Amino acid sequence: MIPALALVVGVVAGLFLHPTVPLWLQPYLPIAVVAALDAVFGGIRAWLDGIFDDKVFVVSFVANVLVAGLIVFLGDQLGVGSQLSTGVVVVLGIRIFSNAAAIRRHIFRA
Amino acid sequence: MRRAPFRAVIAALVALLGFALATQVRTASRSEAGLASARQEDLVRILDDLSARSQRLQSELADLEAVKARLTSGTDRRQAALDEARRRARTLAVLAGTSPATGPGIVLSVLDPQGTVRADVLLDAVEELRDAGAEAIQLGTVRVVASTYLVDGTSGGLTVDGQALQAPYRFLVVGDPRTLTAALDIPGGVVDTVARNDGASATVEQRSVVRITALRPASTPRYARPASTPAPRG
Repeated sequence: MIPALALVVGVVAGLFLHPTVPLWLQPYLPIAVVAALDAVFGGIRAWLDGIFDDKVFVVSFVANVLVAGLIVFLGDQLGVGSQLSTGVVVVLGIRIFSNAAAIRRHIFRA
Repeated sequence: MRRAPFRAVIAALVALLGFALATQVRTASRSEAGLASARQEDLVRILDDLSARSQRLQSELADLEAVKARLTSGTDRRQAALDEARRRARTLAVLAGTSPATGPGIVLSVLDPQGTVRADVLLDAVEELRDAGAEAIQLGTVRVVASTYLVDGTSGGLTVDGQALQAPYRFLVVGDPRTLTAALDIPGGVVDTVARNDGASATVEQRSVVRITALRPASTPRYARPASTPAPRG
């Protein structure tokens, strides 16, 4: 309940504060968001499975964001930044889909 | 005691996620049209695409310009050829006798009350007129063209292109009046020759306008066909 509230608070804050994304962060922010979404879906799935662990969630969340950002950073340095970010988004998207499928099975029994 | 800090961290992280999500959505939608948030290699690629496209369009433009120029000059050429052909057709129609002709010229009257003027005298007259630059000739009611023939009539008179003519013979000639008159009046010329026959006389009258109205039907050649290339062969 608290995390859901926190999410709503964050979205509202983002909508109303009109923050400007710093230039250096602009390539990483979308990837970081997708990576964090992946962590959140994984967390919801674990919670529904009854194996949710606060520490695991925090570590996976931070690690996901950091690794995604690192991959994109590395890709930028290698000159394949856009292709690599596409790859990261595809992989994370697949993970989000499979987690969403597991959550769906839990909720709808189907 | 162990779980409380993690709870706070989770809430903070999820709030951060929501914040970043909203920010990113705003940024993406705002910069959708702009290039401010595009990365360098994307910009380079966009630039490359644009210059390649511009080059393609440039060459397409050049092609179309060439086609346009070709079509325009083709139209001009065709128009010029058409004008030339029309001009030549008019000239040839006068020469072939299929079109009436008018212009300065002379009227040559050959009076022959006794019927002593033979066809060869009049043929000489026609040849003389042609030599003197006559551009259209009418003898009586017959248009004189390249294939015209003159023979003596069976019962006097003259047969011109199958048509019987009786004296007096009247030539209508379009051409330079002075040259024609001079050609006919020279000693030993047509007027002289006609006058040598009994009772015959020829008079030349210069006119500023002679109307030649006798026509000859255009005949289609039976065997000859226009050659497409007039290039002569060795």
